[in-house]
Amino acid sequence: MKLREIVNLLDAEIMSGAENMDEEIKLAGASDLMSDVLAFGQPGLILLTGLTNPQSVRTADIIEAKAIVYVRGKKPDADGIALAQKKKIPILSTQFMMFKACGILYRNGITGVSDPKDKS
Amino acid sequence: MEPENGFIQEFKVKGGDFSKAGSISTEIKEILQEVGIDSSIIRRVAIASYEAEMNMVMYSRKGEVSFILDSVKILIKTSDEGPGIEDIDKAMQEGFSTATDEMREMGFGAGMGLPNIKKHSDEFKITSEIGKGTNLSITFYLEQQNKQ
Ligand SMILES: Nc1ncnc2c1ncn2[C@@H]1O[C@H](COP(=O)(O)OP(=O)(O)OP(=O)(O)O)[C@@H](O)[C@H]1O
Ligand SMILES: [Mg+2]
Repeated sequence: MKLREIVNLLDAEIMSGAENMDEEIKLAGASDLMSDVLAFGQPGLILLTGLTNPQSVRTADIIEAKAIVYVRGKKPDADGIALAQKKKIPILSTQFMMFKACGILYRNGITGVSDPKDKS
Repeated sequence: MEPENGFIQEFKVKGGDFSKAGSISTEIKEILQEVGIDSSIIRRVAIASYEAEMNMVMYSRKGEVSFILDSVKILIKTSDEGPGIEDIDKAMQEGFSTATDEMREMGFGAGMGLPNIKKHSDEFKITSEIGKGTNLSITFYLEQQNKQ
């Protein structure tokens, strides 16, 4: 699904990267724990998180996430936005809580990253 | 870049400087992208170096990261001045962490970093001296590019 459809489904505000709304998204991961995102993230995922520090953007860049969705109405600070713009990572902010945001995406065909045991 | 001797760049890390934490790994990633290294290798290098950089920012007073690229490999070496690691075997276990609440609030401290560095690299060496510091040597071979 295109990123713009995710914006619609999550009724999200686009904080940066409005020009990248045609990106194709298949995969999502959700965590407030950057340690886990680094360990289990897969390239091309969309990251749902409630952590708004610049490290959330840095981590998304390192794992090659396609976009970040901040849940429960959170917004990254100015440093985070600046970094996202520099790294061309679209940033969305939704009012939905984490569980609901994930549920909406899952119901609409976005899959999760593989579980640790699936990995060889 | 000189292909024969390789390319070397050194970076300084300041312990506790969370605002810049990760910027070295971003820079290394950009260099590798410019040189045209396979993207799956870049991702592994970026993750490992970010974990190493975060550990230095979280636990050490200061340190250095050397990034070396030659025709066969990418080598990331870190050395820091800090508390060192008491039990390396324990530190290498998933879930072991001495991170403070502050670090956990920032999204770190799950005890996944060192195992993750090992998982993403081809060779991983760690040495540490209590009260002095910790050294990592992390190697990635470029040939995997051809295997895929
Ligand atoms: N450079 C270092 N200097 C001193 N101690 C370190 C250093 N790197 C790691 N450690 C010790 O090893 C433990 C495990 O490190 P590791 O990176 O695996 O997990 P973490 O940093 O605690 O959490 P995470 O990496 O998941 O955010 C740390 O909690 C710390 O006690
Ligand atoms: Mg760590």
